[in-house]
Amino acid sequence: MPKEILSIKKEDSNIYLEFVGELNLYKITICENQLNKTDFSQIKKIYIDLGKLSFIDTAGALFINSLQKDFSSLEVILNYSNLTKDILDTLQLVKLKKEDSEVLKQKSNGIFVSTGKSVYLSFLDFLSFILFLKEVGLAKLNYLKSFKNIRIKEIMFEINESGIKALGIISVTSFLIGLVVAYQSAFQLKIYGANIFVVDMLGISMLRELAPLITAIVIAGRSGSAFTAQIGAMKITEELDAMRTMGFDPYAFLVLPRIIALMLVMPILIFVSDMMGIIGGMIVANMDLDISATLFLDRFSTAVDIKHFYIGIFKGPFFAFLISTIGIYRGLKVKNDTQSIGFNTTKSVVEAIFAVIVCDAIFSIIFTHMGI
Amino acid sequence: MKPIITVRDVKTIFDERVVHDGLNLTINQGEIYGLLGPSGCGKTTLLREMVMLQEYHGGDIEILGNNLSNISYENSQKLKREWGVLFQAGALFSSLTIAQNIALPLIEYSDLSEKMIDEIVEFKINLVGLKSGDADLYPSQLSGGMKKKSALARSLAMDPKLLFLDEPTSGLDPISARDFDTLILKLRSLLNLTIVMVSHDLKSIYDTLDRVAIIDHKVIAYEGSVDNINSIKSDFKHIFIKAENE
Repeated sequence: MPKEILSIKKEDSNIYLEFVGELNLYKITICENQLNKTDFSQIKKIYIDLGKLSFIDTAGALFINSLQKDFSSLEVILNYSNLTKDILDTLQLVKLKKEDSEVLKQKSNGIFVSTGKSVYLSFLDFLSFILFLKEVGLAKLNYLKSFKNIRIKEIMFEINESGIKALGIISVTSFLIGLVVAYQSAFQLKIYGANIFVVDMLGISMLRELAPLITAIVIAGRSGSAFTAQIGAMKITEELDAMRTMGFDPYAFLVLPRIIALMLVMPILIFVSDMMGIIGGMIVANMDLDISATLFLDRFSTAVDIKHFYIGIFKGPFFAFLISTIGIYRGLKVKNDTQSIGFNTTKSVVEAIFAVIVCDAIFSIIFTHMGI
Repeated sequence: MKPIITVRDVKTIFDERVVHDGLNLTINQGEIYGLLGPSGCGKTTLLREMVMLQEYHGGDIEILGNNLSNISYENSQKLKREWGVLFQAGALFSSLTIAQNIALPLIEYSDLSEKMIDEIVEFKINLVGLKSGDADLYPSQLSGGMKKKSALARSLAMDPKLLFLDEPTSGLDPISARDFDTLILKLRSLLNLTIVMVSHDLKSIYDTLDRVAIIDHKVIAYEGSVDNINSIKSDFKHIFIKAENE
């Protein structure tokens, strides 16, 4: 058994604490436990003997220092005799640094104050988002002043990145959603023998609501997060600052091409999503409800109004605008540390999806009132 | 000598912390001018204010005859073509190769032919001491010193009159750092540049700088040549005296 670092001896109202050997940060807990077990109620004088220490590190010295402070109500007598110069120096260093860093602890706030603060901060956040939109609007005006300014190359690049490359995942997701919706409704409709109505159900829900929403959610997760991470990383590496000092407006180079590209490509993606969803539904109808493809399409053209398709497509640019502006805004909000990229990316996706759903709800109300 | 940059009574406040309280300094044409001071005294902040990345809250900064407090958009765009800025970590555009990085301002701002731009790019790459073969590398493939050199080449792309350097030698090994100093001196005499830099590197301060401003306690504690630095009354001077005696 290793020799105990701390030996405690009690004598009447005196207590002797003797440290032996090496006092380092691994042994402090042992000492603390020993001290906690000791009853100090009748003690008036504490003798701390460091004479047999062979080594002390700064954590150990801090421990000795705090011992003195904890027992300041009692009489503490420190015995420094036979200490090597190293140990004395360490003790002295800790004492000196401790004295000039008497920290002012920040008062922790109550629940009301912190709630109020966070509400206020979210409000400021919202205001700064509005400010950002204003900036985007101004940039757009400047941008459209002359045709030469429009950065076709960047827009094309973004269309490829956010549009063409997303076709696969959007097709698969929509196909599966179409399949699921048709399958679930087929089960119910069969009970009433209303098989053919699967076409109405699928057509309207897919074209009007589901396809735009699915596309928006996939794009928010895919491109919205990418925008935040890209622009955030550029902010950390000072690339944005470098652009500004070179007279390149980040809004014209980075922000607008992304917004425009996404707004252009979103309706196309929604169209693809429409088709894939319907195809998924058609397969289920064929297999489960014995509705042939011809019959399905026949019913489709009579039952599903073209307006549902237009409404779905019409939502595209709005969703795209929300997703891209929120993604970019979050990217620009990134502070100078790596953690804030992750934080802002998460926020951008969550906020974008939320904004899309709110926007969809508003559209729903407006269209219903207009009777479309 | 003609003053190129004049800073008058500049005040900067972050939240509630006052960083600068009435800074005054003048930078003349053809000088290599250093902004020195202890960490956190606002050297980089002042540099960022000079290149219009940050707003100040009082006073005036005048650069090449433009007052930054009320500069128009057109003039600021024009001014930005007349200076080059070297950021601490280089800030090269990571999606572009070195050659593309250097070519970017030329493509955007000039109507030069592709061949001419290629030639300029190659010249700038050689000028800062990189090899032509490095041109097609991406910033992520470069060492720290090469990054700084490429970033310097990019800031020189438009043949600026004025060069801002933020800690040009920090993070470089001593040999590369001395190379960089020589490079800066060479460029100054070749291109007749005025150079403003923030530096912590004592060796490069003594070797390259003509005049310095020491920012301490929110104001300029000293402005003048490096040789007279002993006359100042600031805690910060001790490190200079110590360095000189070594």
